Amino acid sequence: MKIYIPRDAAAKALGADEVASAVATEAAKRGLDVQIVRNGTRGMIWLEPLVEVDDARGRHAFGPVAPADVPALLDGKLESLGAVEDIPFFARQTRLTFARCGLIDPLSLSDYEAHGGLAGLRRALGMAPGEIVAEVTASGLRGRGGAGFPTGIKWKTVAEATADRKYIVCNADEGDSGTFADRMIMEGDPFTLIEGMAIAGVGTGATKGYVYIRSEYPDAIAVMEAAIRIARVSGLLGASVLGSGHPFDMEVRVGAGAYVCGEETSLLNSLEGKRGIVRAKPPLPALKGLFGKPTVVNNVLSLATVPVIFEKGAAHYAGFGLGRSKGTMPIQIAGNVKHGGLFETAFGMPLSDLVIDIAGGTASGRPVKAVQVGGPLGAYIPVSQFDTPFGYEEFDQKGGLIGHAGIVVFDDTADMLKMARFAMEFCAVESCGKCTPCRIGSVRGVETIDRIAAGDPAATVILTDLCDTMRDGSLCALGGFTPFPVMSALRHFPDDFARRKEAAE
Amino acid sequence: MSHSTAEAPQGDLFALISEHSGGEGRLLPILHAIQAAYGHIPQAAIPVIADALNLTKAEVHGVVTFYHDFREKPAGRHVIKLCRAEACQSVGGAELGERVLARLGLDWGGTTANGAVTVEPVYCLGLCACGPAAMVDGKVVGRVDDARMAKILTEAGA
Repeated sequence: MKIYIPRDAAAKALGADEVASAVATEAAKRGLDVQIVRNGTRGMIWLEPLVEVDDARGRHAFGPVAPADVPALLDGKLESLGAVEDIPFFARQTRLTFARCGLIDPLSLSDYEAHGGLAGLRRALGMAPGEIVAEVTASGLRGRGGAGFPTGIKWKTVAEATADRKYIVCNADEGDSGTFADRMIMEGDPFTLIEGMAIAGVGTGATKGYVYIRSEYPDAIAVMEAAIRIARVSGLLGASVLGSGHPFDMEVRVGAGAYVCGEETSLLNSLEGKRGIVRAKPPLPALKGLFGKPTVVNNVLSLATVPVIFEKGAAHYAGFGLGRSKGTMPIQIAGNVKHGGLFETAFGMPLSDLVIDIAGGTASGRPVKAVQVGGPLGAYIPVSQFDTPFGYEEFDQKGGLIGHAGIVVFDDTADMLKMARFAMEFCAVESCGKCTPCRIGSVRGVETIDRIAAGDPAATVILTDLCDTMRDGSLCALGGFTPFPVMSALRHFPDDFARRKEAAE
Repeated sequence: MSHSTAEAPQGDLFALISEHSGGEGRLLPILHAIQAAYGHIPQAAIPVIADALNLTKAEVHGVVTFYHDFREKPAGRHVIKLCRAEACQSVGGAELGERVLARLGLDWGGTTANGAVTVEPVYCLGLCACGPAAMVDGKVVGRVDDARMAKILTEAGA
């Protein structure tokens, strides 16, 4: 009998390690032959720790399981949730990037291959580099880190650049609140990221890869490092990728708690061992990136999606989605929400379906007031705009962004003035300091919002003007997009700003 | 605080630095290794690192002070990181943080007088669907409420 108990950080945070040791102890006491597999999460966090028992009848899910439930679990007396695939939250998804996450043992390369792993890389190794890049372009894949830049075009620029060395850099500095998809895929299916980076290396002529993982993710760091060691021993990485003659190796680098290092040029400086200061563009990192060499900088999800594109074909992937937002997006539903977790679906689903139908509204049971989409630099979207379909252009038209596709739900107790103030405060804490609108503007932003709170009617105009300056004058998205949450809060929830005035009068 | 203020022996520093100085862009891996060994980046380490990597002391100091992770002084015996980001705020994380600081009489980054606990802010642990989230000595904890936090603080000897 196999028992799957996730090793994902969210499952651990809810007691998965304690459940695993209880299962081991109880099984030993009973003399049962139980193999415990520490898999990734299936993404339904409200059910974690979600334990699956695989016996002669297939996999049955139980959750949330506490250590005290373990004797009943082994007696067959605990009520089952049935097969994970039949749970509505899971059944409604289209899992391409996350197809294996939670299903397999993350550190078993044979398990990975048995579930379609390495098929994409093998196909890519039979193609010319130009064909590899063309396949990615044809898939319509766009940067999943937030900017939405077409991945194929970035690869093409690097492939056509001439240099003695080129790099593939994976941006795993997933600092946006409300996002955890990068962490989940690294902890639950690390070989898919390695395979995606190897394909990128072969396609662009890069021989060295770095995964820059934030230090806040010790579990993801451990799994990625273990997976890379296994990949080297198995010949997936090294002097000749799967015996093809293409060299490609990679290593993990750990960040040091700076949010701004999620910005690609700041990340490159950090990788070089410098302060994580943003660089001016041009030159583009694709031409002058890490150590001045042509560099592909892609988000974890972009690279982890590459294997399935090659396994199933670009046309298959591009067949999902809406308009210019092709394929699927692993949407992360978080915050004050009844059923939070990872929901991968084709682009185009309206917010209301995601927040109300799928996530079941708030955890507190109170009405939803707003959702913040796209992390700390994303807009607060009121319920009146919940018909917005989930897509890059659709959100842009509403003055927002999908970013890394995190949705944070707030109930009606949220104070939007406080949230706007926090956005400015966060920008002040995390600003790299290079450009004035961000470094000084964020501090002035906090002060100006405090003036609004104190009842100063002139301060609203100043805040609006300040946000225009930050948006137009900042070097990167940190200062440039902080106005999104601030101005959306001010625009959609004026009462939260006015009420303070009345209280002050 | 009971931590010794004696700086790290130079010999150990040389060994640590040379162990982590293969390959490109080694400064962050070296700083992480030193902090893992000593709990902070001792002042005495700065010139040694600078010398090993052919950098100025100012450059090394600049990097150490840029990143929130690197400490110039040792932390308490236990480090509790509390998430202050939006998703945790939506489920009461900010109020929880204020209560913890008030109970311990600390500000963010402060250490209790007995040297047991340092409370640091963190902006997202990727546990946004099970907040409020915390990390206690590197171990993740989800859905932290007052009772859970009281237990954590008692166990840490705060």
